[in-house]
Amino acid sequence: MSDLAVNAPAVAPETDVAAPRGPRPTRALSRRNIILYGTLIVVAVYYLLPLYVMIMTSLKGMPEIRLGNIFAPPLEMTFEPWVRAWAEACTGLNCDGLSRGFWNSVRITIPSVVVSIAIASVNGYALANWRFKGADAFFTILIFGAFIPYQVMIYPIVIILREMGLYTTLSGLVIVHSIFGMPILTLLFRNYFTSIPEELFKAARVDGAGFWGIYFKIMLPMSLPIFTVAVILQVTGIWNDFLFGVIYTKPDNYPMTVQLNNIVNSVQGVKEYNVNMAATILTGLVPLVIYFVSGKLFVRGIAAGAVKG
Amino acid sequence: MSSISIRELKLNFGSVEVLKQLDLEIEDGEFLVLLGPSGCGKSTLLNCIAGLLDATDGQIFIKGRNVTWEEPKDRGIGMVFQSYALYPQMSVKGNLSFGLRNQRMARDEIEQRVSRAAEMLQIEALLDRKPAALSGGQRQRVAIGRALVRDADVFLFDEPLSNLDAKLRSELRVEIKRLHARLANTMVYVTHDQIEALTLADRIAVMRHGIIQQLADPHTIYDRPANRFVAGFIGSPSMNFLDGNLVRNGSAAAFDLAGQRISVDGYRANGGDLNGGGTAVLGVRPEHVTIQAQSRPDQTIEATVDIEEPMGADSLQWLRVGDQQLSVRKRADVQHEPGSTVHLDFDLAKASLFDANSEQRL
Repeated sequence: MSDLAVNAPAVAPETDVAAPRGPRPTRALSRRNIILYGTLIVVAVYYLLPLYVMIMTSLKGMPEIRLGNIFAPPLEMTFEPWVRAWAEACTGLNCDGLSRGFWNSVRITIPSVVVSIAIASVNGYALANWRFKGADAFFTILIFGAFIPYQVMIYPIVIILREMGLYTTLSGLVIVHSIFGMPILTLLFRNYFTSIPEELFKAARVDGAGFWGIYFKIMLPMSLPIFTVAVILQVTGIWNDFLFGVIYTKPDNYPMTVQLNNIVNSVQGVKEYNVNMAATILTGLVPLVIYFVSGKLFVRGIAAGAVKG
Repeated sequence: MSSISIRELKLNFGSVEVLKQLDLEIEDGEFLVLLGPSGCGKSTLLNCIAGLLDATDGQIFIKGRNVTWEEPKDRGIGMVFQSYALYPQMSVKGNLSFGLRNQRMARDEIEQRVSRAAEMLQIEALLDRKPAALSGGQRQRVAIGRALVRDADVFLFDEPLSNLDAKLRSELRVEIKRLHARLANTMVYVTHDQIEALTLADRIAVMRHGIIQQLADPHTIYDRPANRFVAGFIGSPSMNFLDGNLVRNGSAAAFDLAGQRISVDGYRANGGDLNGGGTAVLGVRPEHVTIQAQSRPDQTIEATVDIEEPMGADSLQWLRVGDQQLSVRKRADVQHEPGSTVHLDFDLAKASLFDANSEQRL
């Protein structure tokens, strides 16, 4: 008591010693917190449970799976299904697992992402900063393209690729992915570059930088967030693509998703649930890793690109 | 020789005419201020001179060379922007040298010019910092430095001080004036701040609706505004406008304000006909009216005291004449009872008379 009295301001009446001061105390188990965290936990469990089942199943042997306890952790943990899924599972005549599809997907995704982002960023930059004649018409047409269901264009593209001699090749698929990424990416980049102050662009022109000079020396270094967004959108989109992969390539060139489908849906022999689970997780790993690595940048970029129309 | 010559310049944005047949000659080494309310076309005109906007019609000459179709970099200009427009990823040094590097200038020469500009603007200590680590005033110094290193014939300022707080603004204003005195370059300065215009300019061009209303030195603009718009735009607190009639008073002309007359003998006319009679507007600044206790025939006007606005050193006394209001600047220690009657003495030599219809100075 005497200690308290010493620390309290001299003018304050004694009754004020216990009066409110400093940060307001909060109760950990308030009603609000219970509802908030309760909801969050329930939703998190709801979404994580399937993943949990998948991981557990992929670590069990087939005899254990047949017991039917899908939630039980493995009694005898084995990584054999993972090895089989990666290197031995059969699709058609090939029995080298998902690894073939993985490398095909890499060879499709990397050039598609690089090409589409390189072109779309220059498009967006030109549309935002260099108002050339017909820019508005060009932009309208491009955006219109984003609203046409792409199923409509599948067959015409087959014909075009055939005429170009690129049907069933990886480069053909790269071209298709690059083109289909164009509307949304251009919109994204245009909006981002529009949000960069115009005076910066004017200053660079007075300083004697040209079209490419301004793009490389001024705009690019300021655009890391939006490039991150574009990379994530494209990598996940192209990696997860199934339709274009199955239509425009042949079995040797199938991307990972198509191969996964063929493994999981194969009708011969026993259904190897553990291998299927492992294969599915392996296929989803790339987009997952990208999200976790760049999550914060992604949110920042989305916000930056979306503000101005 | 005139440094910048603008001939019949027109600029349309779609169907909107932003600049209409604009002619302007700017002398070598002159400090010209483009002044006007927002949307008057002053920044547009500056952007046209810089080459950042293409003219719809007309010609622009800089140093006798027709630059109408030239790129900004080839016009021999340096420009300073309101938002500083520093390249955020480059250091101060990088910002200053960017233009020179684009010209592929020799490294020694760049080094030399950058350090000279940095010294002139006292930013030597900041050369390795990024713009984000600078204060507003420092950023604008760097932006000025960027124009300086280019060794430009013409400096263009687009509201360079508008983003700064009042104290910094007045500091940098003095600095820009000093810079002009030292470099003697032609400078074109856009602002909507009349104090900046009056303190900096050799000549002021007051603009409205894409037309130059008056082009003259600050004294002329202040004392003899060409029309009612210029008169109302310049000066703070702003000019009083009193509606009345020009009448004959014996042999001389007089201004009739709701039945009270004052002689306009001392008025310095612009060549307008004062004897013609008709409605007119008397424009008089608050500091050119004095409050008298005694009336004098044909010299003073009776007014009723209204409220008072103290402004520190002096104060603004509001009064009523009939149903019209006016303000008078007076010493803060002299008090007038609200509702009482006083007599106002107008300094006609510094007042303006405008035609009520054309609003032009008589």
